[in-house]
Amino acid sequence: MPGLGIGYGRGGATTFLQDLQNTDCILIMGSNFAENHPVGFRWVMKAKMNGAKILHVDPRFTRTSAVSDLHAPIRAGSDIVFLGGMINYIIQNNKYFEEYVVNYTNAPTLVDESYQDTEDLDGLFSGWNAEARKYDPTSWKYQSEPAPQTGAPQTPELDRPSSFTERVGKLVGGRPTQDLTLQDPNCVFQIVKRHYARYTPEMVEEATGCPKETFLKVCEEFTNCSGPDRTGSMAYAVAWTQHTTGVQMIRAATLIQSLLGNAGRPGGGIMALRGHATIQGSTDNPTLYNILPGYLATPSAQKKHDTLGDYLETEVTPTAYWANMPKFMVSLLKAWFGDAATAENDYGYRWLPKNIADHSHMPMFVNMAQGKMEGFFCMGQNPAVGGQDAGYQRKALAKLKWLVVSDLYETETASFWYDSPEINSGELTTEDIQTEIFFLPKAHIAEIDGSFTNTQRLVQWHDKAVDPPGECRSDVHFTVHLGLRLKELYRDSPDPKDDPIKNLTWNYIDEEENRRHGWRILDEPSADLIVREINGYFVENNQLVKGFGDLKDDGSTACGNWIYSGIYAPTPEHPNGFNRAASRQKGLYVSPQWGFAWPANRHILYNRASADPAGNPWPKEARIAKAFDPTGKTKGYVWWDPDAETTNPQGETVRGKWVGIENEIPDFPMTKPPTAEAKPGGVGLDFHSGADPFIMKADGKAWLFAPSGAVDGPLPTHYEPAEAPVQNPLYTQQVNPVFKKFQGDETPLAEVGDPNYPYVITTYRLTEHHLSGAMTRTLPWLAELQPELFVEIPPELAEALGIRNTQMVRVSTPRGSAEAKALVTKRLTPFNISGKLVYQVGMPMHWGYRGIARGAVPNNLTSLVGDPNVSIHESKAFLCNIEPLADDVNENLNQRPAH
Amino acid sequence: MAQALGFYTDTTVCIGCKACQVACHQWNDLPAELAEQPTGPDHPGETRPLTGMSYDNTGSLSDLNWRHVKFIEKSQASDGTLSYLPTDASRENLQWLMMSDVCKHCVQAPCLDVCPTGAIMRTEFDSVYIQQDVCNGCRDCVAACPFGVIHMGGPENEGKGIAKKCTLCYDRLQHSLAPACSQACPTASIQFGPIEELKTRAEARVEQLHSMGMSEARLYGADETILGGLNAFYLLMDEPEVYGLPSNPKVPARNVGPTNLWSLGTAILMGIAGLVSFRKRRMDTFAEQRREVR
Repeated sequence: MPGLGIGYGRGGATTFLQDLQNTDCILIMGSNFAENHPVGFRWVMKAKMNGAKILHVDPRFTRTSAVSDLHAPIRAGSDIVFLGGMINYIIQNNKYFEEYVVNYTNAPTLVDESYQDTEDLDGLFSGWNAEARKYDPTSWKYQSEPAPQTGAPQTPELDRPSSFTERVGKLVGGRPTQDLTLQDPNCVFQIVKRHYARYTPEMVEEATGCPKETFLKVCEEFTNCSGPDRTGSMAYAVAWTQHTTGVQMIRAATLIQSLLGNAGRPGGGIMALRGHATIQGSTDNPTLYNILPGYLATPSAQKKHDTLGDYLETEVTPTAYWANMPKFMVSLLKAWFGDAATAENDYGYRWLPKNIADHSHMPMFVNMAQGKMEGFFCMGQNPAVGGQDAGYQRKALAKLKWLVVSDLYETETASFWYDSPEINSGELTTEDIQTEIFFLPKAHIAEIDGSFTNTQRLVQWHDKAVDPPGECRSDVHFTVHLGLRLKELYRDSPDPKDDPIKNLTWNYIDEEENRRHGWRILDEPSADLIVREINGYFVENNQLVKGFGDLKDDGSTACGNWIYSGIYAPTPEHPNGFNRAASRQKGLYVSPQWGFAWPANRHILYNRASADPAGNPWPKEARIAKAFDPTGKTKGYVWWDPDAETTNPQGETVRGKWVGIENEIPDFPMTKPPTAEAKPGGVGLDFHSGADPFIMKADGKAWLFAPSGAVDGPLPTHYEPAEAPVQNPLYTQQVNPVFKKFQGDETPLAEVGDPNYPYVITTYRLTEHHLSGAMTRTLPWLAELQPELFVEIPPELAEALGIRNTQMVRVSTPRGSAEAKALVTKRLTPFNISGKLVYQVGMPMHWGYRGIARGAVPNNLTSLVGDPNVSIHESKAFLCNIEPLADDVNENLNQRPAH
Repeated sequence: MAQALGFYTDTTVCIGCKACQVACHQWNDLPAELAEQPTGPDHPGETRPLTGMSYDNTGSLSDLNWRHVKFIEKSQASDGTLSYLPTDASRENLQWLMMSDVCKHCVQAPCLDVCPTGAIMRTEFDSVYIQQDVCNGCRDCVAACPFGVIHMGGPENEGKGIAKKCTLCYDRLQHSLAPACSQACPTASIQFGPIEELKTRAEARVEQLHSMGMSEARLYGADETILGGLNAFYLLMDEPEVYGLPSNPKVPARNVGPTNLWSLGTAILMGIAGLVSFRKRRMDTFAEQRREVR
């Protein structure tokens, strides 16, 4: 989640669900929290019971709106106008939390004088290169003091691999220049103020369609619940990410929470809601092409990543906790390549594959459609239904030589070759499809040991209850055994290109453990061995490390994922470590003994900000502490106790340390006093003062303005979706200038205000189904609750088109069409956008041609365009047409071959 | 001391997730209601078709659905004109009310009173329970219930079915487990426990809502005015009729069974105090029985 990472330093929710009960106000936007995260929503309802205000900003009136105090309707895709309007309101009305803004954000920092804003360039930032269709971000950088003298010239011994950390020190530059009065025209605060000045309440109404009064009510409610005495929380989900401006929408939320002083504080922060059971876990221990475990970048052929030293020097942030990155990377390589990873061979760095392009989902299918891919392992996804422009993706599958699908049910992806819409229409013929398809029946959750990492970074273990039936096996089983067979295949190969497979450590099977539990399947890999490797160990004696603080860059430690390090840490009671993800001690609030929250079991990130610069709790925190612990020993959430005696990292006894409520772990060096001064030229956290809470950022501050990190600009700016009903009301620049599209197979798009596709459509999920429906449309109890695909239409549009409730209609886009029943409802609202009447409709995305509840595939409608930072598609706002179908037309629909 | 157990449902935090319906199906092993004709040209699936009634696709309580979540889309103009579903385009005071309906386990249960075979009994938990092996399928209870709770179904009675409804998870209660629906409810909208405790909690919640300016909050069935009290009572945000609940349910006139004190006209003389003592006596008897069981 770069949106949060750019603002605060880490790509994860800043808070935890149980903390929502402490909020004074929660603003839910870009999320249908109640419908899609009903279990976590318990804490929103708890907050409501405690008297908190619930605000919901959403294109539709959903089950979340139904239990909110206020619903503000907006046109899909106009979120940044609304958020920018809030930023403008906060600044114009002096609602920002000044002490927090001056000390904890980069508001006072001066930006390079060559920087030009969208205000100067009508919607573009300086550095725009139209031919290359990209930005050069050089002019977005901070002004800084001269770099300190680096002392002696670089000596040969510093090039030794064991001294990576020392090399990092040589990269430290000068300190950013600041104006603590926030008056300098080049300071971030003034730039932000100018940038958002045009996001007036009137503009919000014109561009989003939300009445000005409703918008102002949201601003008043939320800002009144922020400051030293109160905190407000924001929650979002994929309704922000699935836009061509998705990362910037999240960035806009980080700006609001930074200006209001809500980040890093109880009842505050940003709750990034995750839509799958362990989608957080799948980026922490990534199934992605562009990151290695723990958010280390995958080496790239397009960057100076030739050697490990080059890679580290390119990727490291020398003036943040990230200065330790060499330790994490070398330990990862030791975990993966074991004894074969030596200082002499760069710990096997060369054996890591290097990226040559964007290999995310959409470009992967473009490559597939263009015949550049031979085979595809499809595990835990169903692109024939869940993929964007799904008809395109199904046809791409037919270009493969082989396809392996592993799932609980035979999904539409596994069956596309005989019952997809393209087979029915004759576009594809079963006999002509050369793809060899293997379907592997998969073990279910109760049939495997493992863990979930939920939305709040909390790793929770689940135990295997029963052997899977018959030939069903886990995905881990398949992957481990595939690896073993590949290793066997290449065992005697003299070819150096096979070294990565030959040298990979791959010992995850413990038959004895399986036998001890009485399992039938003895070659099932041990999840316990995997989590131990993730925790990390000393190479010398295989003893588990206590946490990432133990890791070294000299090859003496191995660690599969530094951010999870400590999950299996030894304790006095458990000298050989124990799996903390499996611990289940309920606490009062933070519950530190329940599961394991990365990093280091911290529940609220950046929690140094829950105390003032001097280390004393803000009034709100003091109040929570008192309610939690009437004895008065608990002072705040995290605070500085000047009298506590403790041991510093050097082993000396010192006075003063950071203390947390219910043993919450401070997200700060434990013994660094609030008065500690920043050291010019200091490496890592020495570069920060004792009052810089954002330890992963190069300057220790929350970033309002992002000098780096986003490819589409340093400040969130409203651009229309790739398909929009109107011209951008704010700038001449219509769309995100760098939004992702794919050469050679450019997705067909409707024109701005296209009369053939006049309606805005948004797609979404329902409580009753999950994603492509493979696990829910197949279950009778869930299928009966939402049996058929529908499209929600406002009554005005239904009347204009002569559509009655439950009538079959055809929804179409330049990509394809889907037939659905009309669900006419006032919960959808027509909008007046720049003087034009704009209708908006909505369609759940779950349906497909298999299962008990069957229907057309809504993703036939979506397009292959995406956010330029993360390549996430835009399925939340695009254009469509709707036509009613006469009753006899229905006969031709959805006819299925007899089988 | 044994206490009456039941549900307090706070509709202000119901999110219409239907977890209660699924949990009820799962625990009681009730199949889904699928279509008799699996597929058709305009309905490719094996389910029953979309109802078009908001997000409610099961329609009502039934022999298979002992829980049913109601969805009420409503707007009210400033002149007081109410409108439901999309008959017009007014969006003033748009509300989407949700409520998980269930058997009320009435203190004076008309179904129990009219049952000729004694199949419907009151349990030691003060819930109303249909003994499946005693029911003869006469349907008297179906007509007697003012809430439309009881439905006939199942293969029994030569395929004509017998009376089915919520058991308050009698089997779970016997093992000190909360009913499946309340256990599954993610937002604590369905709360289970001793009725007296639930009433205290509910009254405090109403007071809180009133103090926040929501004067429309009210309890339904928490006192004895409705059939002597409902052991599944509700906190509503509008008139009961808006939720499809009768304001003042009457016992049907045809209930003339000999055990029915109401139809004999004596209840008026008994007065509220009499009811309370009667109830207390019954509670004490249950308490005895429970002690014996243990």
